[in-house]
Amino acid sequence: MGEQKSLTIKGNMATALGAKLCRPNVVPAYPITPSTLFPEKMSEFIADGELDASMINVESEHSAMSACIGASATGARVVTASASQGVALMHEMLFIASGMRLPIVMAVGNRALSAPINIWCDHQDTIASRDSGWLQFYAENNQEGLDLMINAFRIAEDDRVLLPVMVGIDAFVLTHTIEGVDVPAQEDVDNFLPTYDPKQGTLNPKEPATFGSFAPPEFYQEFKQAQTQAIEDSRSVIDEVFDDYAERFGRQYNKVSTFECDDADIILLTMGSMSGTAREAVRKMRKDGKKVGLAKLTVFRPFPMPELKDILGDAKGVAVIERNISPGFGGAVFAELGATFVNEKDRPIMKNFITGLGGRDIFIENFEEMYQKTKDAVEASKVEEPVEWINMNEEVTR
Amino acid sequence: MSVKITIGAINKKHGSSKEYKTGGWRTMCPEVDLEKCISCYKCYDYCPDAAIKKTEDGIEIDLDYCKGCGICGNECPVKAIIMVKEEK
Ligand code: SF4
Ligand code: SF4
Repeated sequence: MGEQKSLTIKGNMATALGAKLCRPNVVPAYPITPSTLFPEKMSEFIADGELDASMINVESEHSAMSACIGASATGARVVTASASQGVALMHEMLFIASGMRLPIVMAVGNRALSAPINIWCDHQDTIASRDSGWLQFYAENNQEGLDLMINAFRIAEDDRVLLPVMVGIDAFVLTHTIEGVDVPAQEDVDNFLPTYDPKQGTLNPKEPATFGSFAPPEFYQEFKQAQTQAIEDSRSVIDEVFDDYAERFGRQYNKVSTFECDDADIILLTMGSMSGTAREAVRKMRKDGKKVGLAKLTVFRPFPMPELKDILGDAKGVAVIERNISPGFGGAVFAELGATFVNEKDRPIMKNFITGLGGRDIFIENFEEMYQKTKDAVEASKVEEPVEWINMNEEVTR
Repeated sequence: MSVKITIGAINKKHGSSKEYKTGGWRTMCPEVDLEKCISCYKCYDYCPDAAIKKTEDGIEIDLDYCKGCGICGNECPVKAIIMVKEEK
C-alpha cells in the first residue's frame, strides 16, 4: 500500500481529486456555482498531462448530461459535476442515464433552487431528483467527498448495479471550505477500482445497436422493475464496497453511521455537513446527562430502511432534521422514515424539522431546541406539530 | 411469446421494429366483402395507418397494424367494409 498524502483542500478539489484517482475517460461538464472549481480542476489535470481524458465543454447542463450518457454508453468512465439549477436542467436526462443503466458519477455541490435566487447550501436540488433512479450519497466533510467519489465508481460499475451515482457535498460549507484530506495513492485506487467492463454491450459504430430502445406497455413495467431490482441489489454491494474501502484505506463508511445511539432515548437524524455540528451538540447534551444520539444518513438512495429500523427502532423519539422541503407535506427523509416504520407496532415518535435552507446556519443551540421539542412530544405521547421550521429570522415579517 | 429484456434496453437486432405489431389496440375489426368492392381504393387513400394493401381483386387489410378506426368503412362508396367487434 502506498502512503496517503495529507492535503488541505476545498471540497470541490476533494471531489475532483477523488474523480481523478478513478481515471475517468470523459468529463462533460458545464460550470455552475458552487461546483465550478470541479470542471476547472479537471481541465487543469488534463492540460497538465496528469489525467488522460477528454473534457467536453457543453452549452448547458442538459447537454452535459446528454454527453455523459453518450460517452458512458461507449464504455467510457464518465464523471461530471453540477448543482441546483444545473441538476434541475438535467432532470430529463437523469432518468435516461439510470434507465440505460449507465454508471455515471456526478459530484453535486448541494445548493438551493430559485426563486428567490440563492447560491448557498440546501439539499433541494438532489432531493428533487430522488426518483430519477440515481444512487445518492451525502458527504459530511471534504474527506468524505473524496472517498465517496471513489466508492461511487466501484458501486456504480458493479455488474449487480450498473446505475449512476450522485455524491452531494454541501455548497460553500464544503465546496469552498479548506479542510485536511488524506488522499490515497494512485496505485491503491487502481487496485481498488477495476477497469469498467460493460458486459451488456457498448455503443460501437462497427456493431450498431439501439440503446435505451422503445418499450411498449407490454414490456416497460418489466424494465422498470429490473432497474428497481438493481438499486435494491446495490444495498449489499454498497456494504461490500464500503468494507473493502475501510480495509484498504482505513476509513469506514456506512449507509447510516451512528454516534452515542446505543442507549439514546432521542436520536437526531441528519444528512450532510450539519452532522458535524449535530455531533458537537450531542457531546454537549451528553455532558448535561441527556440521553441523545446522532444517526447520519450517508446513503439516501437506496433508502436504508433495514439499517434505520435497527438503529432507531429502540429510541423513544427521532428528530428528522432536513435541508429540503416538499411544499404541501414536509421533508423527504421524514416521509420515507415514516413509511419505513409504518408497519411496525413499536416505533419512535417522529418529528420533522426544516432548517438550514438556502445556507441558513444551524447552530448547536438549534439542535438542543430540536432535541427538546422531540423529548416534549415523547413525554406528551403525542405530536401536535409534525413539521416545524427551526431558526427562523425573527426580524423578517410578511 | 417469451421476451428477454436486456440491461439498459440495448437491442442488438437490426430492423426489429418490424416485429412490433400495433394491431393489438383494436376493439373493432374491418371486414371486407370483395364481391362488393369496386377497387376504387378510397379506403387505401384514407387509412391513417397504411394498413391497406392493393390487390388484384380489390384490397387486403393487414390486421397486424390496423387500429380499427373504421375510416375505411366510412369512406367506402359501396359499403364493402363493415366494422365488427373484435374477438380476442
Ligand atoms: S373503398 Fe370500398 S370499394 Fe373502394 S377499394 Fe376500398 S373496399 Fe373496395
Ligand atoms: S379500420 Fe382504420 S386502420 Fe383499419 S384498415 Fe380501416 S382505416 Fe385502416
